[in-house]
Amino acid sequence: MENFNVFAAKLTPQQEFLAGGHRACQGCAELLAVRLVAKTLGHDYVIANATGCLEIVTSSFPHSAWKVPWIHVAFENAAAVASGVEAGIRVLQRKGRYPVQRKVTVVAQAGDGGTVDIGLQALSGALERGHDMVYICYDNEAYMNTGIQRSSSTPYGATTTTSPAGKADPLGQHTMKKNIVEIAAAHNIPYVATASPSYPFDLMDKVKKAAATPGPAYIHCLVPCPTGWRMAPNLAVSIGRIAVESKVFPLYEIENGDYRMTVTHKKHRPVVDYLKPQGRFRHLNEAQIARIQEQVDKSYERLQKKVKMSQNELD
Amino acid sequence: MRKKPSYQLMQGNEAAAEGALAAGVNFFAGYPITPSTEIAEILADRLPANGGKFIQMEDEIGSIAAIIGASIGGCKSLTATSGPGFSLMQENLGFACLAEVPLVIVNVMRGGPSTGMPTSPSQGDVMQSRWGTHGDHPIIVLSPASVEETFHYTIKAVNLAEKYRNPVIVLMDEVIGHMRARVSLPPWPMVERVNRVKPNMPPEWYNPYERQASGVAPMAAFGDGYRYHVTGLVHDAKGFPTANPNEARDNLRGLFAKIERGFREICLVDYEEMEDAEHAIVAYGCMVLSARSALEQLREAGHRVGLIKLGTLWPFPRFALERYLPQLKNIIVPELNLGQVYREVLRVNAGHANIEKINRINGTIITPEEIIKTVKGLIR
Repeated sequence: MENFNVFAAKLTPQQEFLAGGHRACQGCAELLAVRLVAKTLGHDYVIANATGCLEIVTSSFPHSAWKVPWIHVAFENAAAVASGVEAGIRVLQRKGRYPVQRKVTVVAQAGDGGTVDIGLQALSGALERGHDMVYICYDNEAYMNTGIQRSSSTPYGATTTTSPAGKADPLGQHTMKKNIVEIAAAHNIPYVATASPSYPFDLMDKVKKAAATPGPAYIHCLVPCPTGWRMAPNLAVSIGRIAVESKVFPLYEIENGDYRMTVTHKKHRPVVDYLKPQGRFRHLNEAQIARIQEQVDKSYERLQKKVKMSQNELD
Repeated sequence: MRKKPSYQLMQGNEAAAEGALAAGVNFFAGYPITPSTEIAEILADRLPANGGKFIQMEDEIGSIAAIIGASIGGCKSLTATSGPGFSLMQENLGFACLAEVPLVIVNVMRGGPSTGMPTSPSQGDVMQSRWGTHGDHPIIVLSPASVEETFHYTIKAVNLAEKYRNPVIVLMDEVIGHMRARVSLPPWPMVERVNRVKPNMPPEWYNPYERQASGVAPMAAFGDGYRYHVTGLVHDAKGFPTANPNEARDNLRGLFAKIERGFREICLVDYEEMEDAEHAIVAYGCMVLSARSALEQLREAGHRVGLIKLGTLWPFPRFALERYLPQLKNIIVPELNLGQVYREVLRVNAGHANIEKINRINGTIITPEEIIKTVKGLIR
């Protein structure tokens, strides 16, 4: 994107659009990410929210934390509702009942369950129809709202209440994390990115870019959940940083099909640094950790190939 | 495998999971939803250890579709959900009725409609459990009124599903699901297990929907060597779609006939202090607890009050009321909805007794005092 002004500490607005006093757990990185997104988008935005932690902790009467229009419908249809809101605003603008110059950003937001499991159909439909909206998935890697059940975004080897590691099954979650970022990119939409609240300016830049892009944009945000990941609340931000440094969750964006790394490191940490502080991985033995390392290396390599290919094309 | 009888303190959801295991359920597919999640969590832990299979699906549509598939594959299958998930299951529930697939859905009712009140009790799904899916279809709905009953009703539900080749719904409410009580658990060999009738004729003679004298057709599992065509279209005895009016009539009437034949066995009703009663409280689910307490206090005060406890809601056990209607002056129906069973009682009553309803839909339960007040008001 040309003439794009990035965020910095001094340029960050002081105004808050997500009020404090909500009911999130201590150290919830999801609410930190949501707050940064709200700051970036300002007051001209509309939210369609799926069922989940975010809905419960920010909206219970009489403690709504939202200072912008907000709608919660059901678990599976945040993207579909946002499609309707966007189409509705467009009709009103065409009929002259809504100021045309006023740019309203329509945002659909959901957790990993509401995106990769039950909400995938609605998401795919919205991306395919090409609504001018931003879809943000706050991925805490399980159904935390109902008490830590696995989702298809739960990583290999994590223990949850419905993928419990024990005597009969020493591993926990057997399947690899669903690569929803690639699924979104496969819809050939103009903008797809991964983000983390541990890298706040990177996150805000991406949200700004997504909102400015005409057509659908998808942002996948990894938000550490101290309660569900079984770790101390003060580690939420640092574990998000380690996830990036250990290649578990690389930060990159896909603009019109071109891959670009937004945060790079010369030296990477081993994944064990990421797994160790989290209670959900504590049952893993060395062989299982080695397998995770191997998987992480492989998918990172594959990503680098795509980045290189995109660079060559651009050059 | 439980070999010795034991007593355990457990909640209703745990009892449902225990009941499922004792009844021989070996397949569960589900999706987390408050207030039924514990059932999935417990079975995720216990099913694999007992040779069963647990899978978590991507949504409730997937959950019921998976248990339909597993049931046709020969497993005793069960899923657990609550209001919003139960709404998503309705289309496939109709399929299971028409294709005559045995399965059990545990619906732990929460406040509705929509997301409603996820952690509050309600009995608002009574009519949905009967008529939620489109078209005329038979259904069996059981509603346990205590933690121990939840254990036994879940076993009964699995057995009825197998016997009648029909979906059975265990309609719990959040109070029963999360209430803790002591439960006496029998050893598994002592638990009655009913298995579906399997075909014993040569494969070329087998017609998957040709009913036997019992009204139910023998059911082969996929892979048993029988040619077996399963469809959601109205079908003939061979299982193939038909538009012939006579065959369509036989298919649909047959669904009802098998349930009608087993009506008395399916209907679970308990009577408390009904012999000399002039006033009856009709209750089910958690309302039985309030009604029972009210009953004791009213009897102490010398009022001739009784309790008709409906364990089966559908098919509606009308004989339970008809039996006592001549002696009754008043019938009181306390419910955590706006009168879904009340209207059914009205229909059976046909002008004999005075029928009063007590309703509440604010996420709290009706207390014994409120029932007592209503009864005393009527007696005066």
